[in-house]
Order: sequence, then C-alpha cells, then structure tokens
Amino acid sequence: MDTSWYLVLSALLFSTGAIGVLIRRSPLVILLCLELMLNSANLAFLAFARSLGDQDGQIMALIVMVVAACEVVVGLGLIVAMYRRRLPLDVDEARGLRG
Amino acid sequence: MSASTYGWLILAFPLAGSILIALSWKVLPARTAGWLGVGAIGLAFLSAVGAAAELLSMPAEERLVPDSLYDYAGATGIPFDLGILVDPLSIFMALVVSGVSTMIHVYSVGYMTSDEGYHRYFAYLNFFVFSMLLLVLAGNFVLLVVGWAFVGYASYALVSFWYRRTTATKAGMKAFVINVIGDIGLVFAAILIIQQLGASEYLTVFEEAPGVFESDEWTIVAICLLLTLGAIAKSAQLPLHTWLPDAMEGPTPVSSLIHAATMVTAGVYLIARAHPLFELAPTAANIAAGIGAVTLFVAATIAIAVKDLKRIIAYSTMSQVGYMIMGVSIGAYSAGLFHLMTHAFFKALLFMAAGSVISAMANMQNVDKMGGFRRALPFTFVLMTIGALALAAFPGTSGFWSKDEILGFAIERGGWYWACAIAGYVAAFITAFYSFRIIFRVFYGPKCEEAKELEGGHLHHGPPLNPHTFEEEDTDVGFPGKVHHIAERSWPMAVGMAVLGFGALFAGYIQVPGVTHVITSWLEPTFENSALFHIEVPVKNAYIGYAVGGALSIVGILLAYYLYIVAPGTTDRIRARFRHLYELFVNKWYFDELQDAVIYRPVVAFGRFANNVFERYVVQGLVAFVREGTGGLGDTVKAAQSGFIRSYALFVIAGFVALGLYFLITAS
Repeated sequence: MDTSWYLVLSALLFSTGAIGVLIRRSPLVILLCLELMLNSANLAFLAFARSLGDQDGQIMALIVMVVAACEVVVGLGLIVAMYRRRLPLDVDEARGLRG
Repeated sequence: MSASTYGWLILAFPLAGSILIALSWKVLPARTAGWLGVGAIGLAFLSAVGAAAELLSMPAEERLVPDSLYDYAGATGIPFDLGILVDPLSIFMALVVSGVSTMIHVYSVGYMTSDEGYHRYFAYLNFFVFSMLLLVLAGNFVLLVVGWAFVGYASYALVSFWYRRTTATKAGMKAFVINVIGDIGLVFAAILIIQQLGASEYLTVFEEAPGVFESDEWTIVAICLLLTLGAIAKSAQLPLHTWLPDAMEGPTPVSSLIHAATMVTAGVYLIARAHPLFELAPTAANIAAGIGAVTLFVAATIAIAVKDLKRIIAYSTMSQVGYMIMGVSIGAYSAGLFHLMTHAFFKALLFMAAGSVISAMANMQNVDKMGGFRRALPFTFVLMTIGALALAAFPGTSGFWSKDEILGFAIERGGWYWACAIAGYVAAFITAFYSFRIIFRVFYGPKCEEAKELEGGHLHHGPPLNPHTFEEEDTDVGFPGKVHHIAERSWPMAVGMAVLGFGALFAGYIQVPGVTHVITSWLEPTFENSALFHIEVPVKNAYIGYAVGGALSIVGILLAYYLYIVAPGTTDRIRARFRHLYELFVNKWYFDELQDAVIYRPVVAFGRFANNVFERYVVQGLVAFVREGTGGLGDTVKAAQSGFIRSYALFVIAGFVALGLYFLITAS
C-alpha cells in the first residue's frame, strides 16, 4: 500500500489531537489528546521506516513511546495531586503563573 | 653556616619576633615583650655579623652570594624567585639597620614603659626592621618592591601609633600616600626591567644591561628615572618630602628609626644597588644628583626657621639624606654609604636625646618654650652635643669624615658637580649653625619652668595635651602614656644613647683618606665593575676639602654661639630685617601649599565635577535608562503570559504551522 495513506491517517490523528488539546478543558482529556498526537507521529515514523526499508524510524518510535510514558507519569501525577487538593480539574482555572 | 643561611636568619629573627609579640600580647608582661623585641633584632644583628665574617673568609670575587628558597611564579613565566642576595652592600646595610635598630629598641624599652600600647609598639617595630631588612637583602627587583611596600605600611602603622590623635593618623596617611607614589615608580621600573631584559634578579640584570642598552638610551633613562621616583619618595627628597616632618607625630623612637635606620636610607640603598643601571643612564643619575643637591640646601634653610624640636631634626635628616642621594648618584658610592652609616648613628642619637628633652617638657616640642636644661639633664646634654657636633661635621667627629668625602668626590668629578659641591658646603655651614641652635636654645639661656622643676628633683607632668593643637587627651591606649621617661632616670634609654654616642664620635675613623679605607675595601666586590667607584680623590685635595668643611663647621657653631649666647635678641632683629626670607623658610618654602594647589585642589575639583555632573547626569542617566527600558519591555511582554495553558498551546501549534507553511512555500 502506498505510504501516503498512512501519512494521511497520521495527519488526521495529529489534527484531532491538536484540536482536542486546544478546545478541551479537562486535563485528563488534554493528556489523552497529547498521547494521540505522539502516536500519530509514531505512525508516521513507522510508515517511513517501512517505505525506506531501514530501522531508524522504528528506533525513533520506541524512543517516542518512552518519552510518552514519562510524560504520562508526570501528567497523571499532577492530575492526582490536583484532585487530592480538591482543586478544580480545569486547566483554565490553574493560571496562578500568569504574568 | 654559609653566608646565605646567615642572610635568611637575618630576616627570620625580626619576623619571628614581630609575630610572637603580636600573638602573645595578652600573656607576656610588658617589659618582657620589649626585651623579646630587642633580642630578635639583636640576633638579626649577630646574624649579619656572621654573614659579614663568612663573606670575609671568601675570596673577594666570590662575595656575591645569591640564594633562593623557591621559584615564586614559575607558571606565569615571570622570572621571580623568593631569593636574597648576600653581598657586601646588602650586608653593610643589614649591619647598619639591625645595629642601630637594636639600640633604638633598647631605648624604647625605657621610653615607652608607661604606654598602654606597649606590645603593639614592639610588634610594629620588629616588623618595620624586618621590612627594611627584606628590602636590603632582596635578591631581585620584585622582592625589593615587596620589602619597599612593607616599609611603607610599617611607617604608616608607627607614625599613626597614637591612633586616637587625629593629627597622628593624618600624618600617617600622608606618609603612606606619598610613599605609594614612589612605590608606583618602583613597580613600573621593575616591569620595564623584566620586559626589556626578561630577568628580575639583580646579578642577571646588571650583567645583561650593558649589552642590551646603549648609554643614555631612553628606556634605561626611563627605568632609572622611575627608580629615582621611588627613591625620592622613600628618602623624602624634593618634591615628595612633605611627609617626613609630619611623620614626627609618631613616638620619638619611631622618628629615630625612620630617620636613622629603616626608611629614609632606602632610597640611597636603591640607587647604590642599581648603580650599573644608573651608570648606563648618566642623565637620570644627574637628575637624581640635582634633586639631592637642591634638597640638602632647601631642607637646611627650613631647619633654621622651624621651631618644633623634632621637626628641626627632621629637616636636618632630609638635608643629610640629600648629601647621600647626591653622593651615590654622582658615583661616590662608598662615601655616600659611609655617610649613611655615620648619619644613622648621630641622627638616631639626636632623636633619642630629643625624646628625653620632650619627656622632660611633658611632651611639648616647641623650642621657644625650652631653655636652661643643662643642669637638669646633664647626660642628655652631653649626648645631644655629641650628636650635634657630628651633624655639624665638627672636625674629628664621624659626620666630618663622611660628609666631606662626598663633597671631595663631587669636586674631583668637576663639571657641574662643582655646583653640587658648593651647595653642599653652603648647607654644611647652615647645618652647623642650626645644630647648635638646638643645643643653645634647649640647654642654655634662661631656665624654663620645667627645667627648674627637674633641678628640684621632680619631673614635670602637665595635663595630657596634643603638642600641636593643644587638644585635651587622656593617657589610655591610643595616646601617650601617663609617665614620662628621661634618659637620666631610665637606664635602657641611657644605654641606647651611650652606644650611639660612641659611634657618632668615633665611627668616622674607619675611613680616613690616606690612613684607613674599611668601607671602600669592604664594598669593592659589589662595585667591582663600576668605573666611577674607582675614581680616587687625591689625598691632598681630600684634606683641603676637610679643612674647608671643618672651618665652615666651626664658623657656623661660633655664629650660633654669638647669636644665641653672646648677643641674644639679635635673631629677632635679623628676622625683622629679612622678614620675607624668614617667612619663606618658616613656611617650608610653601611646598605643602604648592602640593595643595597643584595636586590636591585640582583633584578635589575634578572629583566634585565628577560627582555633580558626570555621576548625576551620565552615570545615573544610564542606570535610569537601563532600568526603565527593561521595566517597560517586561510590561509589554508580560501581557502574553495569560496563564491559559491552551492559549500557549495555540501559540506553539500556530508557530509550527507557520514554520511548516514557510518551508512549503520556500521549497516549491
């Protein structure tokens, strides 16, 4: 199958994720959308790796997964901490660092 | 032990003494600390004697012994060892410095007995002697600068010893600042030498200098002029002399130390030490000789007019150091250094005797108030007369043999050095006059209250006052002590004076033309390659010079006798007749005012301008601009920081989209 289909799918997934990040206010959903964006990138890496016939893209995808795992740990940790302190789970409310 | 070991010991004892006394001030009883100080300097003197004996046992051409503890800054490529040079010149200086200092320490044990700062005094005093010994023993120009600066600091500490006396602290600062001007000259000279020759060690520099520099080339002249600047600041020559009379604010034994052993002779030593350079730069040597000649004359004229007992002696020091500077600059090295030695004896003695008189006057120093102390202070009278005779170069005394040797050499060289010699003879006459002005005003004439009281067996103790401003003081630490001490009642003072009195009378006989030549033959290895050192004054001419000098001295003394004893009051008429000249002398030729007008006031005016205009408008304007600028910029940028995470995400995504579009467009 042509690589471009994979890329189109990847672009769609990425856009969905980006729009999700922009319009949703729940931190949990934003985190999910971020995962979506990362995995769309993974899809693109794998598609290129396959079409070019080498392993670089696959290695890259593995690294992205590791980074994504770390990011989820930090993000979920933050969300749990917010929940425990009974802070509203709304990113628009958490703006104590505004200039 | 080898000569260099003795050299290190000379330095080690005073340093150890200084540190020990400074650290143990709470534990040691006062007198013990004093004797500890005496012992440290005494041991340094014995080490110097040991070094001299060691040098004498070597063949003459090997008597230059450099030694180094370690390379100080090898990584920087600057050739500088922590090294000393033991040679006849440095050991000669070490002998004079430590010998006279020992006697001054002994005297101080008695003189300072009742002072509350006794330990501090002896710690400083030992450090002062250590600094001077470091200066004379240093084996390279860099260590010389170190010793030079230490001496400057030590003089500051001791001139301001009575630190609660405002006049004393001001005098200390003045001494320090003027000395730093000289330090700058010396530092630049050292830099130039290292840059031109790639070496700082004396022997290397002196060996290579004739090959590198042509005679009177501008670089070597510049080096020598910078060295001269250092020398005149330290040796109180015109126009950097004004600190010396003010330095009389220190305790009297300190004046004795500064004037006889540890400080003002440094300039003479420096020129003698750097003689191979000065011989390559006759212009600079002539300038130094001219400064010496002018100073010896000007200082002598001031000494006739001033009324403070210690300042009269201070100006006589300036004048005598002028002879030495002139001597070593024209090449009369052995004569100049001989005069340095005899001067150390009689000047230390004069100050010690003056200290005894001032104690008897309850710290007052004005000679107008003194008189008739002959019976009250018999010992001081005899010793001070000996000192004055030597200062006046009375035939047979030590000053007679040394001073006239310099002048004889000047005549022998001829040319414009004749002018130097004539200035020297005129000043010698004035010197004889003012030395006996001191004697006749202090010890003869109507008895003052204090003298009468002392003859009755009671030492006068007025309320503690500042002798210049008459402000009230107390006798706690930072001011002079409660009880005054005179040589008649304090045996350490008497011992110190007696030994120096002996030297002042008889030290001259070690170098009598045609008979003895101890100094010349001792110094010969150091000055071996000097052409000027080997110029000899024919014995007949020398004795003609001695006859002239002796006659001038006697006439000067007789004139003083006539004016102050036979016809007292004549001086008032002379003063009225030559009022302008007297004003000039008594105001010290207006040098303080000149410095005030030429340096102090322009600098202050510039400072005020800098404060009012530059600081206010330029510097503060710049600061305000930077502050307002960053503040405004921050305010503007702050608006973007809304705190909405999603808007930040939008910026990021929009930015990447824009970048992507840009690359797409440029790629096609």
